[in-house]
Parts: sequence; C-alpha cells; structure tokens
Amino acid sequence: MTVLILAEHDNSELKRATMHSVTAALLISEDVHILVAGNDAGPVVKTASEIQGVTKVLYANNSAYEHGLAENVAPILVSLGDSYSHIMATATTFGKNVMPRVAALLDVAQLSDISSIIDQETFSRPTYAGNVITTVKSTDKIKVITVRATAFEAAIVGDQTAPTEEVKGNEDTGLSVFKKLEVSASERPELTSADIIVSGGRGMQSGENFVLVEAVADRLGAAIGASRAAVDSGFVPNDYQVGQTGKVVAPTLYLAVGISGAIQHLAGMKDSKFIAAINKDEEAPIFQVADYGLVADLFKVLPELAEELDKRGLSKT
Amino acid sequence: MKLLVAVKRTIDYNVKIRVKSDNTDVDMANVKMAMNPFCEIAVEEAVRMKESGLAEDVIAVSAGPDQVQETLRTALAMGADRGIHIKTDIELQPLAIAKLLKAIVDIEQPEVVILGKQAIDDDSNQTGQMLAALLNWSQATFASNIVLSDGNAEVTREVDGGLETISVKLPAVITTDLRLNEPRYASLPNIMKAKKKAIDIKSPDELSVDVEPRLITLKVEEPPKRESGVIVESVTELLDKLQNEAKVI
Ligand SMILES: Cc1cc2nc3c(=O)[nH]c(=O)nc-3n(C[C@H](O)[C@H](O)[C@H](O)COP(=O)(O)OP(=O)(O)OC[C@H]3O[C@@H](n4cnc5c(N)ncnc54)[C@H](O)[C@@H]3O)c2cc1C
Ligand SMILES: Nc1ncnc2c1ncn2[C@@H]1O[C@H](COP(=O)(O)O)[C@@H](O)[C@H]1O
Repeated sequence: MTVLILAEHDNSELKRATMHSVTAALLISEDVHILVAGNDAGPVVKTASEIQGVTKVLYANNSAYEHGLAENVAPILVSLGDSYSHIMATATTFGKNVMPRVAALLDVAQLSDISSIIDQETFSRPTYAGNVITTVKSTDKIKVITVRATAFEAAIVGDQTAPTEEVKGNEDTGLSVFKKLEVSASERPELTSADIIVSGGRGMQSGENFVLVEAVADRLGAAIGASRAAVDSGFVPNDYQVGQTGKVVAPTLYLAVGISGAIQHLAGMKDSKFIAAINKDEEAPIFQVADYGLVADLFKVLPELAEELDKRGLSKT
Repeated sequence: MKLLVAVKRTIDYNVKIRVKSDNTDVDMANVKMAMNPFCEIAVEEAVRMKESGLAEDVIAVSAGPDQVQETLRTALAMGADRGIHIKTDIELQPLAIAKLLKAIVDIEQPEVVILGKQAIDDDSNQTGQMLAALLNWSQATFASNIVLSDGNAEVTREVDGGLETISVKLPAVITTDLRLNEPRYASLPNIMKAKKKAIDIKSPDELSVDVEPRLITLKVEEPPKRESGVIVESVTELLDKLQNEAKVI
C-alpha cells in the first residue's frame, strides 16, 4: 500500500498546502510518494524530498505542466495510478480542479475534502456546509482523495532527503492554454496558514473602510479575510472569501467584524481555535459560535482596538 | 451553438439541516427544496449567451427522482428551451452523474456544457471535472467570467491566489462560481410558458450507464457543537480575555 501525493507549486516553491496531505497520507501508509509535475521545478523537488515521512519523489519535468492545467496534469497521475492504493492532493482550487479528472479517468469515485481517516478505505468529510459529517467507505481499488488542510497538521521539512526518480511525462494536450494570473498582492500572511485572521463583512460598508480592519490586522500580524457579501460588494478581492465555497481556515484566533455568521460563512471558520466577534446586533448568529462577543459599532471599536494594542505594547508594527 | 446545463435539486440553502436520529441520512421530510445556487448561475449564464445571440439552444438536464422535474421547470422558466430528465430513484454520486451527462452529450452534441462548481448538499465539487475527463474535453472550473469566441472560450477562474485566465478549446465543460452573474427570478408569464416546454425522460438503462454507488455511506452525524462563549462589555475586556485567558495575542 503506497500513497501518491500531487504536489502543488509554482515551479519554484512547494505550496504549504501540500504538507497537510503528507500528514494525512502518513496515517494511511508508511510509504508516501510525492509527484512533482512541473517545468524546471528543481527547488520544488528538493523541498518535497526533505519533507519528513516522504519516501520518494517522482519528478515529471515538462513545459506542459508549467501552469498546472488539469488537462495536462491528470494523464501523468492516471499513468502512475495503478501502482498506488491512494492518490491525494490538498483540497485547494488546484487540487479540486485536477483530482476529479484523475478519478474519472481511473473510473473511481473521488472522496472530497476528507477531514478524518478511519481506516484505509473509510473516511469522514463535511457536507451541507459543514453542518453534517458524513462517513463513507470506498469500494474502489484506487482511492482518489482531496484533503481538508485544516484537519491535518502540516508535515515539516527535516534534514533527511528522500530519493528522487525522474518519470516520463506526457505532452501538452493543447486543450487549454494559460493566459494570466492576477494575484492580489499582499504583504500580510497567507489566509490559510495565518495564526490570526481578522475578517470583515458587509458591516464594513465599503472597501475604503477596510483600512480599519487593516490597522488591527497589521498590529496583530494577521491575515485579512472577508464574507461573501464583502467580496460581492467589491470591498476586497475574491480570494479573501472564507466559507463553504471560499477558503476553509482554522487559525488560533478568528476575529469576525461586521459579519452576521451565515452557515455558509461558519463552514469556513468554525474550526478556529478561538473566535471573537464584533457586531452591533446582539442577535447575530456569529455570537453563537464566538468565544468572545462584543456588541458594538465596529466604526467605534476598531480604532479603539488598534489604539489599545499599541498601549499594551502588543503591536507587531 | 447548443448549450447544455446540468441542474441539481438540493435542499434550499436557507434550511437548517437536521440529521435523522438513526444517523443514516439528513432529514428530508417536509424540507424546502430548490435549485442548487451554482446551477442557477449556470442556467443564467446559458440564457444570457442565448440572449446575446451566441447560442440558439439551451437544454437543461437533471438526474434524479420525479421531483427533479420541478427544478427543470425552474430552468425552463428562466429561459432554457427544453429539459431532459434522467429518471432514477437510486442515489447518484458524481461519477455516475458525469457518465449520465456524457451519454446525453453524445446524443445532443452541445459545444459547451455548464455546471455548478459544487452542489451545496454533498459539497463534492467533482461532476464538471469528471464529465470533462470522460469526454476528453477541456475544462474551465470556478468561472467568474466567460467570453465565447470562435472555437474558444476565454474564462476567468476564481483560484486561491487570485484570478486566473485560461483559454479553452471548444467543446468545453465550464463550472460556475458565485460571481459569474446574478441569476434572474423567473417572471410569472415565463413560469406559465415553461409549463408548455418539453421535458424528455430517459433512464440510466436506456443510456447504458451503470450508476451503482461506489461510496457507501456508513454514518451521517452532526459535528460537535462549539460551546457558546461570553459577551464582553468593552474593547479592554476583549483584549484582557484574548491576552490572559485565550493567550492568543
Ligand atoms: C451557494 C452559497 C454559497 C455561499 N458561500 C459563502 C461563503 O463561502 N462565504 C460567506 O461568507 N458567505 C457565503 N454565502 C453567503 C452567506 O449566505 C451570507 O449571505 C454572507 O455570509 C453574509 O455576509 P455578511 O455576514 O458580511 O453580511 P450580512 O449578513 O449582511 O451581515 C452584516 C452584519 O454586519 C453587522 N453590522 C452592520 N453594521 C455594523 C456596524 N457598524 N458595527 C458592527 N456590526 C455591524 C450587522 O449587524 C450584520 O450582522 C453563500 C451563499 C450561498 C447561497
Ligand atoms: N443529479 C444531478 N443532475 C444534474 N446535474 C447534477 C446533478 N448532480 C450534480 N450535478 C451538476 O454537477 C454540479 C456539481 O455537483 P457536485 O460535483 O456534486 O458538487 C452541480 O452544480 C450540477 O451542475
């Protein structure tokens, strides 16, 4: 029984997301391989080989893999698939895009977004926006899985090196062509790996008002998140969205500001260690999941919060 | 151009989900059902393509028991031209649905198939990608903008790092994200008109598709509840708690 993990990367850096799949894979087998399908992705291969617990790195080097297009990446996983009992990737937009294509080509079901592993063929996963945990057993020969990052710690990079094997890749299918990636540049920590997140909702009223959130986030060294309403209203970019259909996060502290706490939002953050909420409506559902609730006008208390952090010498800036 | 839209009937997104006491399933008795929100976005997009003259024929497909015809009627009221109901009472999983949809694609030969990115009940986020695989077509998932041109579609995708734009060769499978459009409400005259539109009924057998579930559900349960916390009176008290009790700042 050997697990193959599809690495997520940009040809120069291995994404932290992949580390979470390694931890999940090690709960299934002691033999865990990572596939790096990339274009001159040497540094990625190096990091992958140093992850604790990884026993082999497969490297498929071809320009077809440069942008991680599903049509190009799926065939290599399919050709390697028969040697593995499980094929995994983390449930990021990359993993969600590629893995079902692999599963269908192997004629097996996919287990999406697993949050716990019962045994080698039985897994739990959240459904209905996290209101339900469903435990399913797979009857397929190969289990194709995406892993919920927040449910498994990130594996760490150690000082050992697993062997690397070059594998023959496939050519570009030509079915789709990458045009561009517009990244929302930010100096702040990445949402899915941040220790503290400050999120703003519709209550912020405008994009400009997010400076109030930024002031607090910067002092805490926090990432910034948002509700769907804040994203749809154009206050912040789409990749800030936390929730059922956005990002799933589980920081040590999640501070929700002007967010009502709809189930679709809670689905993305209710596994945070501590939740604090600021909302002027004491009936807001967010208070049902918050460890600490402050019923107040955010426009008054966010500046106070920033000031008080400075006063207590807690500011990181 | 012919467009195919796959629509799923799901529990309405506003409904509070309850699990049956024997932990076998979610309680569906007397629960309000609706079209999966991402499928509404898919129908809206297809209808707009038709309205702008890019497409002539919009076919809505849904698989499931008799009640899915209500969902198909909603799609028809929004502007789809006709419906296909793949009738079965068996539990359908994404791979089976993708196979059924492939069989319909083989018959209808559309140039674009639009699906929701995710069904809000099973939260699988699989069917579109699987369909693209089975057809050996290009796929553009999580679309927030689609520009159709001759033989290609330029699609902007909502990805973790921002917005990615790809150009896919037609025929293609596209799955919708939330910000692609705002679905319309069907007007009363259109709801009346939709009653006269045709819904074709097919069975998995007729389409020679094996829909046997591959995943066996062992247990359905509610997640552990969070203990409800305390209401603090001021910013100072909030910081005291975060600093001294939670020790997170
Ligand atoms: C298919 C589907 C998927 C979805 N996916 C997601 C998702 O992934 N993530 C997500 O977040 N949502 C998602 N939603 C949307 C979700 O249902 C809610 O509509 C959304 O989360 C509401 O955002 P909000 O809390 O910012 O806005 P609202 O619900 O409007 O809440 C605003 C809050 O701000 C408070 N407020 C206003 N002014 C102030 C002030 N001055 N001071 C303090 N408080 C103030 C109000 O009391 C209110 O509670 C989805 C919905 C659907 C149908
Ligand atoms: N029973 C069904 N009938 C028609 N389309 C479906 C069905 N189930 C899923 N789909 C389509 O597949 C999309 C993604 O569903 P899923 O992969 O289950 O998250 C949905 O938004 C629909 O477009």
